[in-house]
Amino acid sequence: MKRTITLTVNGTTYTRDVEPRTLLVHFLREELALTGTHIGCDTSQCGACTVLLNGNSIKSCTAFAVQADGGEITTIEGLAEDGKLHPLQEGFWEEHGLQCGYCTPGMILSSEQLLQRNPDPSEEEIRKGIEGNLCRCTGYQNIVKAVQHAAKNSTAKA
Amino acid sequence: MGAISGMVGARIKRREDPRLITGNASYTDDFKFVNMSYAHFLRSDYAHARIKNIDTSAAKKHPGVLAVLTGEDLKGKAGEMVAVPFGANCIIPPHSAITSDKVRYVGEIVAVVIADDRATARDASELINVEYEELPAVVDVEEAAKGLPVLVHDGIPNNIGATLEFGDAAKTKEAFAHAEVIVEQRFNNQRLAPSPMEGRGCVAVWQKGEDALTLYTSTQIPHYTRTFLALTLSIPEHQVRVVAPEVGGGFGAKLNYYPEELVCAYAARKLGRPVKWSETRSESLASMIHGRGQIDYVRIAANKDGTILGIDITAYQDIGAYYQVLTACISALTGLMATGAYDIPAAYFKVYNVLTNKVSTDAYRGAGRPEATYFIERIVNLLANEIGMDQAEIRRKNFIAKDKFPFATPVGLTYDSGDYDIALDKALEMFDYANMQKMAADARAQGRYVGIGMSSYSEVCGMGPSKGMFTGGGWESATLRFEKTGKATVFSGASPHGQGQETSFAQMVATEFGLDYNDVIVKHGDTSNTSYGLGTYGSRGTAVGGAALSLAIETVKEKANKIAASMLEASEEDVVFDAGKYTVKGAAGGKSVTIQEVVFRAYVNPFDGIEPGLESTRFFEPGNFTFPFGTHICAIEVEADTGEVKFLKYVAVDDVGNQINPMLVEGQVHGGLAQGIAQALYEEIVYDSDGQLVTGTLMDYTVPNAVELPHFELGSTCTPSPVNPMGVKGVGEAGTIASTPCVVNALMDALINTGVKDIDMPLRPEKLWRVIHGK
Repeated sequence: MKRTITLTVNGTTYTRDVEPRTLLVHFLREELALTGTHIGCDTSQCGACTVLLNGNSIKSCTAFAVQADGGEITTIEGLAEDGKLHPLQEGFWEEHGLQCGYCTPGMILSSEQLLQRNPDPSEEEIRKGIEGNLCRCTGYQNIVKAVQHAAKNSTAKA
Repeated sequence: MGAISGMVGARIKRREDPRLITGNASYTDDFKFVNMSYAHFLRSDYAHARIKNIDTSAAKKHPGVLAVLTGEDLKGKAGEMVAVPFGANCIIPPHSAITSDKVRYVGEIVAVVIADDRATARDASELINVEYEELPAVVDVEEAAKGLPVLVHDGIPNNIGATLEFGDAAKTKEAFAHAEVIVEQRFNNQRLAPSPMEGRGCVAVWQKGEDALTLYTSTQIPHYTRTFLALTLSIPEHQVRVVAPEVGGGFGAKLNYYPEELVCAYAARKLGRPVKWSETRSESLASMIHGRGQIDYVRIAANKDGTILGIDITAYQDIGAYYQVLTACISALTGLMATGAYDIPAAYFKVYNVLTNKVSTDAYRGAGRPEATYFIERIVNLLANEIGMDQAEIRRKNFIAKDKFPFATPVGLTYDSGDYDIALDKALEMFDYANMQKMAADARAQGRYVGIGMSSYSEVCGMGPSKGMFTGGGWESATLRFEKTGKATVFSGASPHGQGQETSFAQMVATEFGLDYNDVIVKHGDTSNTSYGLGTYGSRGTAVGGAALSLAIETVKEKANKIAASMLEASEEDVVFDAGKYTVKGAAGGKSVTIQEVVFRAYVNPFDGIEPGLESTRFFEPGNFTFPFGTHICAIEVEADTGEVKFLKYVAVDDVGNQINPMLVEGQVHGGLAQGIAQALYEEIVYDSDGQLVTGTLMDYTVPNAVELPHFELGSTCTPSPVNPMGVKGVGEAGTIASTPCVVNALMDALINTGVKDIDMPLRPEKLWRVIHGK
């Protein structure tokens, strides 16, 4: 009944046996103890479960672990490099882009996808880019500022 | 504490963030214990039905199942759920954690399966066979209040659980008899789902051999939960520990004690294994408390010059099938704010708390005050239109004058401080009111639907003086402890879940003692290391929790001063403290000691006559509630072809008194605005006539995303509150309270040429389109 999958998460390769019905988000949280990725709904609306799979942002609640076999995943835990925060993490911190923090990992991963595709987005483009991620605390305004902050500082680095 | 200085008042980035932005925080579902089991609740699919039989035999036999419990199993073993009654004639019907006779709302717990893993618990629950005898569902509140179609509980005639009254009926009737103008309108404050992004969840751990319970739970009220667990499960309170880990939002919905918490704790004790439960979003929408649910029939009496003479409201509050902790009290908060920001001489508010076959309503961001501000700000605009007066001018004319504070209202509160005119002035200026009005008028002349709406609010928070609180307690605790090496730890009875007190409280201590901000840490949420606290809700975290801290700071300062005086061989009156150092008055360039040296001395070689250690636990009892206020103005255009709403401008000017961290204050306003605007435009809990929850997932219940909300322009004025030493009024709910009527007023202004006076919220595109096209 179980299937063997191999996948790389935040640079580490894992081989595990999983039930076909196991959601990717449950696999990450429970099997790999990467609890930074959160569950906020059951209909793919909220985006709290957003991770990058092979460079694309996906809602990990709407993917089975077996679908990620052979893939490369980045979760929130894998964003900082050698203890240095990712520009988005810096931006969210500087601009008060979070309050309770629950939507934040997914929001940051979606924002990362947005910036990869559009390194200098307008406010309207940012709001559109994160429309698949719900936040109940911030009203989104400081999240927009956080992404703009990251965009500016990423550009500066390049 | 004196004037805001140093770190207080600064936009310091948050202490909470490093763990949150790296995925290193621990929310309730992140906890794993050895031998942990999982609970899955079987819930009713019927709004109202008799339970004829429950057969759990197949479920019990499913491999991996540890227990299957029904209401019968808990009878006599667990107390009733907790509800604070309010009102002289209040009847609280029985409410068991798991019902056994009838189900009374879709989502009510019928049984629970405890199993080795989540999936097994869920699979086994599908093997439970429940035989229901369906009964008519009580859904429409006004019909329910006539006892129709049936009674939700025997013994509560007409489904009216209580009738509350505020103000003076006779005086108000008199005022209406002499009025030149009377305007009437029915308003619907629709049911809402608070929808924090993290749902409810708990992990119950029973310590065998100690007979002690620890409950990790996503709550706003750890200490209350501890007391409730102790009482309902007959465990001595000192043997119960509750921990609120990282909590992913609450908004009042987690200011509660839920059946699931009781059941998991009971099961953990019974099985001797930890029991975890994490709700799904669909469970949450059905069985986490709802907010609002109030219908208000409002009449306003005035003179043609715009002077308001009286306001009269008859309201129906949709209670739901049972009372949760503060369910009985929410509509009272509406009554207490029935006159809003205005000096109205006569007011009368009467509300029927009505039982229905739905989940309970209870506190949701604003808790009773959004309902009041909604009907006042809407009826004031209707009155303004009726007499041809500008909406800003009618407000200004009726504002409580600034020299009248503290102001006793005709409905029973005394507002602490206020200057409503300057907030209005600032909002008008920021909004560029005259030019925007011209723009809107020109647009309307071209056949476009553009409107400007306003809301001037005053709201009651900083919950609150114990005498005035339904719970008999409104104080808060704080411990400030200096560690031997000069660091400081704050233990707060508040229970923040995004509000940022780990930052703002550290700012307070750092400022007062001249410490490095990073040398102060703030702890909260664990009943084993905090004095009793009343939790975080009602915009009280800083207003009351911070006030308790300021008392603890004061006591520690006094003792530190004493120690410093002994170290400097001076008298206490001659010791001066500045920027972390104690010196002797007039002895410039002489001996000094740092606060760190004073702290060390408190622990090592303490002086005779001065008790060792340096810490203080204090409790702050507020003398009154606090009353933030302000004016919000927005301009909105409605697309005629689609009914879609486009914000042209949103200006919010709020007066929350002194601000410890303006960045945190803005964040609270933004979040509040989002939820208030969402009530105006998007959100609505819908039950059909069979009591089925139609809006059962986020596909149907529209929590707005980033595209659906506008950019906000914020301003503030500062009228300190005399209630607490920091002069802080509280800000958590103000944005929500102000924004809903502001937006609806703007939309009704946009549609003014249609002649339609009111549209029930949410003002969805379809409704707006139909009004525009007369369909």
